[in-house]
Amino acid sequence: MKELKILAVIAALVGITYYGIEPYAHSVMHPEVSAADFTFKDAKNVDTSLAGNVENGKVLVEANCIACHAIEKAGHPALMPNADAAASYGVVPPDLSHAGRIYDKNYLANFIFDPVSAMHLSHKYPVGGTKAFPMPSYNWMTPQEIMDVVSYLQSVAPKVTEDKEGHKATFEAACGRCHSMAYAKFDATTPKDSIKAYMGATPPDLSQYIKSRGEHYLHSFINDPQVLLKNTSMPRVGLNEKAQEEVIAYMEEIGDSKKAERESLGLWVMLYTFVFAILAYLWKRKIWSEVH
Amino acid sequence: MAEFKQADSMYEWFDQRLGIDKFVKVMMTEYWIPKNINFLWAMGVLLTVMFTLLVVSGIFLLMYYKPDINMAFDSVNYTIMQEVAYGWLFRHIHAVGASVVFLIIYIHMFTGIYYGSYKRGREMIWISGMLLFMLFSAEGFSGYMLPWGQMSYWAAYVITEIFGGIPLIGGDLVVWIRGNFYVADATLTRFFMLHVLLIPLAILGAIVFHFYALRFPHVNNEAGEFFDFDEEAEKYLAGDKKNSKVVPFWPVFLSKDFFVLGFFLLFFFYLVFFHYGFAMDPINFDKADGLKTPSHIYPEWYFLWSYEVLRGWFFEIAGISGKSLGLMAFGFANIIFLLLPWLDRSPMVKPANQRPYFKYWFWLMIADLMVLTEFGKLPPTGPNAWVGFGASLVFLILFIALPFITKAEAKKVGGK
Ligand code: HEC
Ligand code: HEC
Ligand code: HEM
Repeated sequence: MKELKILAVIAALVGITYYGIEPYAHSVMHPEVSAADFTFKDAKNVDTSLAGNVENGKVLVEANCIACHAIEKAGHPALMPNADAAASYGVVPPDLSHAGRIYDKNYLANFIFDPVSAMHLSHKYPVGGTKAFPMPSYNWMTPQEIMDVVSYLQSVAPKVTEDKEGHKATFEAACGRCHSMAYAKFDATTPKDSIKAYMGATPPDLSQYIKSRGEHYLHSFINDPQVLLKNTSMPRVGLNEKAQEEVIAYMEEIGDSKKAERESLGLWVMLYTFVFAILAYLWKRKIWSEVH
Repeated sequence: MAEFKQADSMYEWFDQRLGIDKFVKVMMTEYWIPKNINFLWAMGVLLTVMFTLLVVSGIFLLMYYKPDINMAFDSVNYTIMQEVAYGWLFRHIHAVGASVVFLIIYIHMFTGIYYGSYKRGREMIWISGMLLFMLFSAEGFSGYMLPWGQMSYWAAYVITEIFGGIPLIGGDLVVWIRGNFYVADATLTRFFMLHVLLIPLAILGAIVFHFYALRFPHVNNEAGEFFDFDEEAEKYLAGDKKNSKVVPFWPVFLSKDFFVLGFFLLFFFYLVFFHYGFAMDPINFDKADGLKTPSHIYPEWYFLWSYEVLRGWFFEIAGISGKSLGLMAFGFANIIFLLLPWLDRSPMVKPANQRPYFKYWFWLMIADLMVLTEFGKLPPTGPNAWVGFGASLVFLILFIALPFITKAEAKKVGGK
């Protein structure tokens, strides 16, 4: 009985200290931020309730977009090697094959209308400033035309599998022009020096970011980097919730590949230890019964 | 040379040459431990087991770790964590073990203080224990640098920088420790050597010394009672086990330790597999970058209290800068526990709660260390800085007051 009391005192002291230096201290150092918004409700230049016309969208995309963007899945390869594209635009324009699948519809329409405001980069590209964003605004298109483009992009986007391969495709389409993933042997399409000059900061290799930032942080950060890193040059990429989850899943598959093994082995080791503890207890009872 | 007769069995053959019988008696079956003890007396055996786990897991890590600033991070986080079969397991055991070993060390230490096991003949046990504490601190600090993450780098930077405050030689000392003007490859390779060779060797030596120091004064007991061990041992050997105040180390004492160990390991493995973030800080999964200071730098949790004693002094007093005052307080904090046997002037060897004045001192000290630990992690801004200062001051006052408090206690209890 007395020993249980001692144990309770120690558990209380250790528990209080633990609470203070872990959950509490972290809540002080990293205050909660507003929840992720997957409707992108601040972007409202385009009426997205209009139904798009795929045929017309195809015409518009072929006239306006493929000069810069590849759309491999629709038979439009890149017009120049990555190094040249990076030299021309600062960053390699992403292949749009997956665009209709990974970007939120409202975000995508508003991005085409005005990339800078949709990406939350007005601090970097102020109106009337000297620096111009490499992709033009298509604010001269009518909302109907923009929705036609969106519909076309949605129609060409391939389905991907719900596994590591599918997650990889999403990651590379959404983040791959800037970020490398060394532990998956993936290099960003834009060469290192160009991307640094273009962004003003080197996009970090994301191999271990699932560990250093954790899922909770990534969930807010990818949705809108400005909320957690004010004035960062990383754009809001505008992924819908499903695509974002795929990206995070991929970061975990690469950065914490032994998670499943760890969790299943953990249970066995604990079970084994528990049996040991019980046997040790019975043995102790037997031995001490002779001396008490 | 003595005559050796033909041995009848393998056991006898070895016994003739190595004196196994005698050895087992001296070390195990006739090494006497008081019967009146609780599970807190199992901490030493837990520590021995933890050290063994650290050595074994460390040896496995050592097979793949690369002590080079360009390779260290990936050798740990990719090669060991993801490529080598069960490499992650060894790393988790090692990193969580290094943290949990300090939890047990602190429990062990405060048990010693609570029961007065550091005085009246037990001074050398205490000193060898403090030596182990210092060696483990150095081992933990040097090991934390090895994965070469952001916290490895910046904690190493901040802690080595502390030595710069020492008058006259400070600046040169920092360069000497780092092997460079900043924390660099030379720093990593020398701390690697310390971590895997010199300090573990010294720890082994210190453990042997600690055990040896226990032999003559014997282990203390729950009541702080002094009795004649030889007499009680005779009783035990004569078969009067129930009335003897002692039990042999093996199997009686160890059977209880194994039971405590079993439940402790259950807790430990839970941490290893499911709850390791406290020991493997997320920030350390960002590669070290000398140009990018993290917004919050803090040492491992077991250094927080002494770090806060250092940080608490943030303003000038009587013309001495806060930095110098902090350094002096830090130096004080790091040697003062060593002097405990001489700061306690009361002859009483009793649980703290049965000592009229010491009990207040003990619980205040624990509370103060908890406050220091907590505020050592929080950003030192606004009121936090003042709480840190207050707690740091209380720490100094507690230890300066201890001789007086215990002297008064001695008078009150009349030398008992
Ligand atoms: C002058 C070249 C150019 C043209 C023309 C162009 N883009 Fe872009 N686009 C870019 C560049 C460069 C980027 C990458 C910008 C960055 O990441 O900072 C980009 C990015 C994108 C993205 C990714 C947005 C995100 O949130 O990550 C989409 C979607 C996109 N463009 C669609 C289009 C569509 C649709 C058209 C045609 C209507 C088009 N682009 C025309 C250069 C161009
Ligand atoms: C147009 C380039 C670009 C794209 C596309 C991009 N990023 Fe970034 N990202 C950056 C830059 C630049 C930084 C560095 C920001 C800084 O230090 O201010 C960064 C930083 C980050 C960080 C680190 C944040 C921190 O706390 O330090 C994470 C995590 C991240 N990006 C994830 C992603 C993910 C996931 C995607 C894809 C969904 C993505 N990024 C797409 C440019 C980009
Ligand atoms: C002889 C015994 C030991 C050997 C050979 C050894 C070896 C190693 C090696 C190679 C690493 C780098 C890999 C890694 O970071 O996981 C490491 C890390 C570390 N070691 Fe040890 N070690 C030993 C004992 C100890 C002890 C006794 C402690 C306890 C206080 C300790 C504390 C640490 C810490 C804190 C790290 C950093 C862990 C991390 O962040 O993952 N080590 N050790």
